[in-house]
Amino acid sequence: MTHQPLVLGIETSCDETGIGIVRGETLLADAIASSVDEHARFGGVVPEVASRAHLEAMIPTLERACTTAGVRLSDVDAVSVTAGPGLAGALMVGVAAAKSLAVALGVPIYGVNHLAAHVAVDIVEHGPLPEPTMALLVSGGHSSLLLVPDVTADIASLGSTIDDAAGEAFDKVARVLGLPFPGGPHIDRMASQGEVTIDFPRGLTQGRDLERHRFDFSFSGLKTAVNRWVELRQRSGEEVPVADVAASFQEAVVDVLTKKAVAACRAQGVEHLQIGGGVAANSRLRALAQERCDAAGIELRVPRPGLCTDNGAMVAALGAQMVLRGRTPSDLSIPADSSMPVTEVLA
Amino acid sequence: MKLLAMDTSTSAITVAIHDGTVVLAERSVIDARAHTEHLAPLITQILSEAGLAPGDLTDVAVGVGPGPFTGLRVGLVTARTFAHALDIPVHGVVSLDALAHEAMSSERLDDGDELVVATDARRKEVYVARYAVASGAVLRITEPAVTYPADVPETFRALPAVGRGAVLYPETFPTRVGPLDVSAGALAEVAVAQVAAGVEVGLDALYLRRPDATPSAVSKSTVMAPRGAKR
Ligand SMILES: [Zn+2]
Repeated sequence: MTHQPLVLGIETSCDETGIGIVRGETLLADAIASSVDEHARFGGVVPEVASRAHLEAMIPTLERACTTAGVRLSDVDAVSVTAGPGLAGALMVGVAAAKSLAVALGVPIYGVNHLAAHVAVDIVEHGPLPEPTMALLVSGGHSSLLLVPDVTADIASLGSTIDDAAGEAFDKVARVLGLPFPGGPHIDRMASQGEVTIDFPRGLTQGRDLERHRFDFSFSGLKTAVNRWVELRQRSGEEVPVADVAASFQEAVVDVLTKKAVAACRAQGVEHLQIGGGVAANSRLRALAQERCDAAGIELRVPRPGLCTDNGAMVAALGAQMVLRGRTPSDLSIPADSSMPVTEVLA
Repeated sequence: MKLLAMDTSTSAITVAIHDGTVVLAERSVIDARAHTEHLAPLITQILSEAGLAPGDLTDVAVGVGPGPFTGLRVGLVTARTFAHALDIPVHGVVSLDALAHEAMSSERLDDGDELVVATDARRKEVYVARYAVASGAVLRITEPAVTYPADVPETFRALPAVGRGAVLYPETFPTRVGPLDVSAGALAEVAVAQVAAGVEVGLDALYLRRPDATPSAVSKSTVMAPRGAKR
């Protein structure tokens, strides 16, 4: 192809203002501004704080992305934006900014699904997505197993968490163990110094539960079990073996995630598994997934950690695929859809 | 001058184009819950109505509020981004000023006359400011504030009242006059006058309220989960 489309992607579904720029399947810039510090003192994401931060971060982040990519906005061929799912007020800032750019620059707009974008980002890392691909998305906001025949048009949800997201479980258990926030990396590091000595429960893996929730997840019971185990230890005056508890907890989570992901691949005859989301940075998840995929003859793809968390590059990557595959752009009147289903890849 | 004006601080999503002398075109939709949906299509419509391409514009003006946050931000981020993309200046206008300005014309107010602008701040509150007409223009004589109607000063209540607040709280504002929602044409006129006078209001949103510090049910691995959240 002589001209690869230059696509700018905007992501504002939670607390990161992300602007990515992609030319075809090549990542040129991935600028991000996070309001995480402003939320920490509230003990969670405050939607209004996130929305205000998106408004203030939009232009500076746009400028940074263009500078890094070495492009001018007038060079952009299409704009893509997370239309949902996410926090309504936060999404609206990104959607309005994207529409404004589209009108000012006279280019098409693609309002895309955030989860589909998590899958598409691997294209700029490892090349074209095998079709179909199985995707395991695990973060503080998502725990989904997706069958992806075509990331620009066709995604089916095979399973998701019925209570806590996987990343939430890491954060909560970290707090119980007195480890700093965010929990994921600290549990990972602590676990590497410990042994898997405790057999914590694996949610939705037995009997009736497994029948009804074959590819769904549950981490609430595990979190409670860890809590109780630590409390009992403390009450009896014994020291809590933090590294061993971390290792055992982590093993329980990644065991279920990888087992179900590989089982889903087998059930659907899919030979490629991609893992995305913030929890994809977990070293044990990567190792065990690799081991089980190798044994099952499945190719495993995991983007680098910076591309697994929420970012603009993933939105730009999916937008570029929309252009390359000739998908019909979104209408300028699309809403921000806080509960956009994953089956709706493009608004 | 070809100035694109917009405001989303009231129930109206409103856009206009001003050439430095008169308003060339204006369009509004009343839909308090769908600012994101209407604004961009309205901008494309008004541009084609005025026979202009985006690149023909020289300035952007936007209402900075006060107004309900979610809608207000749609206008602000749209205006800022639009001006940034075209590399042209963007001017802020206090949205209540546009309502006062329009009422002055429609009600044929004279020098010395006073009025109060009261818009819906939701949660049973209003955004208010008091104005006086001087030298054929409206002059804001109090800072915009958010308050319960019951707490609006006596001195404001006797004045002709402009905006949806007067419809919602007739006991507080018995003398309702003028427009209910902001019109971008009026806002453009205020902006043009400000530019001529060398006045810049700035582009900070006039929220006038702190965010409610209730964490969302949505949390993610990069932020702390709600403390003690039960599921
Ligand atoms: Zn995400």
